[in-house]
Amino acid sequence: MDISTLFPAGMAHYVVGGLLIGTGVSVLFIFTGQVGGMSGVFSAVWSYVSRLPYFQQAQFTATRRWRLLYALGLIVGAAVWLLLNRADPIITHIPWWQLALGGFIGGYGARLGNGCTSGHGICGLASLNSYSLLAVLVFLATAIVTAHVVSALGGA
Amino acid sequence: MNVRILSALAVVLSGALFGFGLALSTMIKPEVVLSFLRFNDFGLLLVLGGALAVALITYQSVPRLLKRALLNGSFAQRPTAALKNTLIGSALFGVGWGICGVCPGPAIAGLGAGNWPLAITVVAMLLGAYVQGRFARVN
Repeated sequence: MDISTLFPAGMAHYVVGGLLIGTGVSVLFIFTGQVGGMSGVFSAVWSYVSRLPYFQQAQFTATRRWRLLYALGLIVGAAVWLLLNRADPIITHIPWWQLALGGFIGGYGARLGNGCTSGHGICGLASLNSYSLLAVLVFLATAIVTAHVVSALGGA
Repeated sequence: MNVRILSALAVVLSGALFGFGLALSTMIKPEVVLSFLRFNDFGLLLVLGGALAVALITYQSVPRLLKRALLNGSFAQRPTAALKNTLIGSALFGVGWGICGVCPGPAIAGLGAGNWPLAITVVAMLLGAYVQGRFARVN
């Protein structure tokens, strides 16, 4: 089989993008010692406004500052890419209800399971964490099934 | 410059590398992620593999070479949830990811590339995280 049929949009931009993501995670670790998954910021920001004991735990209050800066960096990096590329803004055509429903369930699940594609998929696997390997296999499986079901039901 | 400012700059730089990578690899397009989940384009595995390879080398080698992080503190370990929560949470995370094609990193990075509808996902993820914390047990 011709491998290019698996990658109809090409391969290089995927590989280089992935290497840059790994470099970002590495810079964070080498300079600050922090392990940089992304979903944590969604709980950490609530520690600024909610008095609930859960959000006032040190794992959020002690990390919220760098997590917010890290999220800000994500936006800056993508904006730099847009400027360098002189591309038109990328605007998704996924219906709003899919963006909302998927975001809510995904946000709840990522926080319950303490990690997302970056937290478990990159940082957890790179830490050789066995729970993260389980997490990745489980969320890949349910995501693949769900995406097929949504497609069969006529979703985007 | 003091360490606090330097480490803030390092965090923004690391986030920017991450965000640039997500944009370059088109992971900020939910359509591309969904086409992976539907087996039409396996590029996401190259992104994950590339990122994992670099992070693996860093996490496994740097704590052996350095006693402390360059700017401050010791090297952190990822906290882990209980096995049951890891499994249920990850299963739900996958369902959400499969519905919208957006995970936390691309949801935030996409905003920088003008993908404003992803703000809906960011708000929804914030609400999901709130509900999780609201009903979580605190030890």
